[in-house]
Amino acid sequence: MRATTDDAPLLVARQLSKWYGRQLGCRDVSFELYPGEVLAIVGESGSGKTTLLQLLSCQLAVDAGQILYRTRDGALRDLAELGEAERRFLFRTDWGYVHQDPAMGLRMSVSAGGNVGERLMAVGWRRFEKIRGAAADWLDRVEINRARIDDQPRTYSGGMRQRLQIARNLVTHPRLVFMDEPTGGLDASVQARLLDLLRGLVGELDLAAVIVTHDLAVARLLSHRIMVMKGGEVIEQGLTDQVLDDPHAAYTQLLVSSILPA
Amino acid sequence: MSAMLELRRAHKSFTMHLQGGLRLPVVAGVSFSVEPGQCVVLAGPSGAGKSSILKMIFGNYRCDGGQVLLRDGGDMIDVATAPPRRILGLRKTVMGYVSQFLRAIPRVPALDVVADPLMSEPAARHEVRARAAALLRRLAVPERLWQVPPVTFSGGEQQRVNIARGFLPERPLLLLDEPTASLDGANRATVVELIAEKKRQGAAIVTIVHDEEVRAAIADVVVDVTRFSPAA
Repeated sequence: MRATTDDAPLLVARQLSKWYGRQLGCRDVSFELYPGEVLAIVGESGSGKTTLLQLLSCQLAVDAGQILYRTRDGALRDLAELGEAERRFLFRTDWGYVHQDPAMGLRMSVSAGGNVGERLMAVGWRRFEKIRGAAADWLDRVEINRARIDDQPRTYSGGMRQRLQIARNLVTHPRLVFMDEPTGGLDASVQARLLDLLRGLVGELDLAAVIVTHDLAVARLLSHRIMVMKGGEVIEQGLTDQVLDDPHAAYTQLLVSSILPA
Repeated sequence: MSAMLELRRAHKSFTMHLQGGLRLPVVAGVSFSVEPGQCVVLAGPSGAGKSSILKMIFGNYRCDGGQVLLRDGGDMIDVATAPPRRILGLRKTVMGYVSQFLRAIPRVPALDVVADPLMSEPAARHEVRARAAALLRRLAVPERLWQVPPVTFSGGEQQRVNIARGFLPERPLLLLDEPTASLDGANRATVVELIAEKKRQGAAIVTIVHDEEVRAAIADVVVDVTRFSPAA
């Protein structure tokens, strides 16, 4: 992990709110995310953390509030004012989205190499050999044997699929990655390997990331800052070690004290 | 003022919401300062708040009030009110903290644990690893363990890895929580030497040590923490 010295925020959320009919999704969420910074959003199911992630990544329309993103030209743009084509371009070049279920982020009947290469073709790569070479390099980086490059992810284990999804997302060197419970549903040993890999990649690539997790150990390992959500609202935020070692809100104290030591 | 660190009437309590809002005062009116090249030892019985004070300085515990002023170049930054990004920046360049126990990460070998704080500069990685190795050798961590994650190490081995990690970067302020607690005589002497070297290089040090001999060897000032007892 490394802190950043860049002075302009990459992503700015201002008083975001979302309702599902009369049911609150999230309310009045504001924060700034800087380049190279990893923010963890923690809370129980139904706390609004996934709603927030979907709002930030434009998969869900905002009811109130504003999301600003600094594009590569340095301008801070309101995401609501981007055209559909511009937004798609952002998704293909600047952003990544890692789903909890790799089947949602991968094309299961396309080869592993194809899954990684597809993102490169979307940003204009054309030469087959170069694309295949880059895909193979990324399989190495996520510790998948190159010999499996032509296999479909259907034939992969859960941990391998998740690592492939990460390679597919990172191959275009995005500046911002959203992750929804990236280690959920994996065995402990597989989880440790994935976490270690993510920790290394986030540091090396100087990625900014928003990670939704209910696992405080994941947040401790990967994030610089934490936001704790409950009932759709942010109830506590701060430096990750500060919030985990000196939690102030009653609910955060409950979360922290509920962890069973191994 | 030339102090590297100055605490002014810092105080801290815990409110335990799960115990019916029980309020546990920890320390109050914490005031002392540390000059570059000086070693301040915090003394007092266990439970007096010594570790809490180190954590307040590092920004790990939030102060309820008062100031924790830290020199960063020409500026004095108040850790008690600085935003998270500023504190992370200070941890990266100004202050280092050696906790009592190493928080080992699965799969990360000892050598990388030590080198990690300086690995963000890819150009210097080779040199950083070499310096990390030299420090581990000096602290008598056997070379066959360097590529092994410290999860399975003994308490003393983990502590020496933790010390190497804290001493590798050149930071103007070092916070050391019982750095010699589980070490044998020879390793204790090495740590005393390392602390003396840091002082000569101009680092300010705040530490907790119970060992009389170690304390006598390193302390320039002893601060009795019982005088910050909230009841007093």
